[in-house]
Amino acid sequence: MAPRLAGGGGAVSTVGRRLLEIRHVSKTYGSGDSATHAIADVSFAVDDREFVCVVGPSGCGKTTLLKCVGGLLAPTNGDILLRGTRVTSPPEEMALVFQEYGRSLMPWSTVRNNVLLPLRHKKLTRQKRNALVEEALEAVGLTPFIDRYPWQLSGGMQQRVAIARALAYQPAILLMDEPFASVDAQTRGDLEDLILRVREEFAITILFVTHDIDESVYLSDRVIVLTHGPTEVKASIDVDLPFPRDQIATKELPDFAHLRGHVYRLINREQVESGEELAATLKTATKGDRP
Amino acid sequence: MSAPGGGIVTRLTPGVAAAASIAAFLALWQAVSRFGVISEQDLPAMTTTFRELWSMMQTQEFWAALGRTVRGWALGLGLATVLAVPIGILLGSSDFAGRAFRVPIEFLRPIPSAALIPLLFLTLGTNIRSEIFLAAFGAFWPLLIQTMYGVRDVDPVAIDTARSFGVGPLERLYRVTLPSSVPYIATGLRIASAVALILAFTAELFMGIPGLGQIMNVAESFGLTNQVYALAVATGFLGLAIYVVFSTIERRALRWHPSQRPSSA
Repeated sequence: MAPRLAGGGGAVSTVGRRLLEIRHVSKTYGSGDSATHAIADVSFAVDDREFVCVVGPSGCGKTTLLKCVGGLLAPTNGDILLRGTRVTSPPEEMALVFQEYGRSLMPWSTVRNNVLLPLRHKKLTRQKRNALVEEALEAVGLTPFIDRYPWQLSGGMQQRVAIARALAYQPAILLMDEPFASVDAQTRGDLEDLILRVREEFAITILFVTHDIDESVYLSDRVIVLTHGPTEVKASIDVDLPFPRDQIATKELPDFAHLRGHVYRLINREQVESGEELAATLKTATKGDRP
Repeated sequence: MSAPGGGIVTRLTPGVAAAASIAAFLALWQAVSRFGVISEQDLPAMTTTFRELWSMMQTQEFWAALGRTVRGWALGLGLATVLAVPIGILLGSSDFAGRAFRVPIEFLRPIPSAALIPLLFLTLGTNIRSEIFLAAFGAFWPLLIQTMYGVRDVDPVAIDTARSFGVGPLERLYRVTLPSSVPYIATGLRIASAVALILAFTAELFMGIPGLGQIMNVAESFGLTNQVYALAVATGFLGLAIYVVFSTIERRALRWHPSQRPSSA
C-alpha cells in the first residue's frame, strides 16, 4: 500500500475548521510620491478543505496577494495566519503553483528530480521520498514520463508536473496563481477536473487565483471577488453547486448560469465604476487646466 | 530521433564547406610563396612548413615543449576558474557587491595582459609562475563576467518556486542558481581557454619561459624561418584541439538548454 500524502503531516483536521486567515492585509510598493498601493485592505478566511477562488479585474493585485499569503512577500500591514500562527516565511504546510510552469520547473532536471526538489531538505528516508514522488506523479497521470525533461512535455503536462511537485510536498493548503491561464481551452478543462479529483483524493485545501469567472464558479465552494486596485474584497459568494462537477452538466445548471452572471455583474460594475472614476478625474483635471 | 529535414546533402554540406575552405587556404598559401608574391625567405611554402613540423614532431624536445605549454595553459585556466567562478557568483548575486566592485573591475579588465610582462620580470621572474599568472589574468575576466551575468540571469520564478518550498539559500545556490548559470560559465570557459593559451605562449615567447613560445623565440633569433612557421602551425593545432574539447563540454552542459534542444513541431 502506497503511503498517504494527505493530512499535512498528520495534523488533525476536520471540515469547517479555520485554516487560513487573511487579516487587513495591505501592500504598498515604494514610498512617497512614487508609492503604488497594490492592496488596500483585504480580509477573508479559508476553512479546512475548502476550495476558494479569488477573482478580480486584471491588474488588481491578485498575484501580490497570493505572494503575501505564501510568505514570499511581506505585507505592508496586516497579518496572514495559518492555523493561528503568523506567516513570516514560506510555511511547510503551503505549496505554490505558479502560472509560468515553463519558468517554475527546472529545465536541467528530469520530471522526477523536479518533483523531488522540495523533498530533498525534508527529513525523510530515500524510499519515502521516492514513494511520494511516484504517488504524486501517478495522481496526475504522468508516471510514464518520470524520466523525461519538462521541455519534452506539452504545456498542460508541464503544469501537471508542477501540481505533482506541490502535492509531493504534502501541504495542507495549495496556493494556485492562475495556473491554467496559459494552456488551451481543452487542456484547461482537463486540468480543472484533475485538480477537483486531486482535491478529493488528497483532502487538500485550495486557494485558487484566477481571472476567469467561469473557472472560479466551476471549481470552488466559494468565490471571493476583489475590487480594482488598490484591492479590497468586494463580495464573498457561496457556490453550492453539487459535486462531482462536470464540464457539461454542471455548466448547464441554471444555478451555474445564475452564479456566473452574478460574479460577472460584480466585476463589470467594478470596471465601469473605476472607468467612471477615471473619467471624472480626467474631467476635473481638464477643468482645472483651463483659466 | 533523426535530424529535422536531414537530407544527406544538408548533413554533408558543413563538412564539405569546411574541407573546401581549408584546402583553398592551403593552396593560396602555397601559391603566394611559390610564385614569389612573398619571398620563400619570409614565408616558406605550405609544404615546406608541414614537412618541417613533421620532422620536429620526431624530436623529444618538441613534445616536451608542447607539454610545458599545455601545463602553463592548464594551470593558468584552472587558477582563473577557481577564482573567477566563486567571485562571479558573489558579485552576481548581490547588487551591493556588484556595484561596489564595478569600478575596480572595469579598471583592471581592459589592461592588456602583455603590459604586465615588464612587471612580471621584476616580481615573479622568468619561470612558470609568471606564465601561470599571465594566463590566469587573461582567462579570469571573461569567466568572471560570464559567471556574473549567468547568476544575474537566473529566473526569479525559479527562485521563488524554490523559496516557496522552503529550500534554503545554500541549496538554492547549487540546485537553482548554479545549474541555471552553467551555460554562461561554459561559454566563459571556452573563451577563457583560448585566451589562456595565447597568454601562456606569449609569456614563453617574451620571457624565455620553457615551452613552444621559447623554442620559437630561439628559432627566430637563429633565422630558422621554417621552424618559426612550423611552431605557429603547431600552436594553431593546439588551439583547435582545445576548442573542440571545450565546445564539446559546452554542448554537453547545455543539453537541456533551448539552444541545443532538437527543434520540435
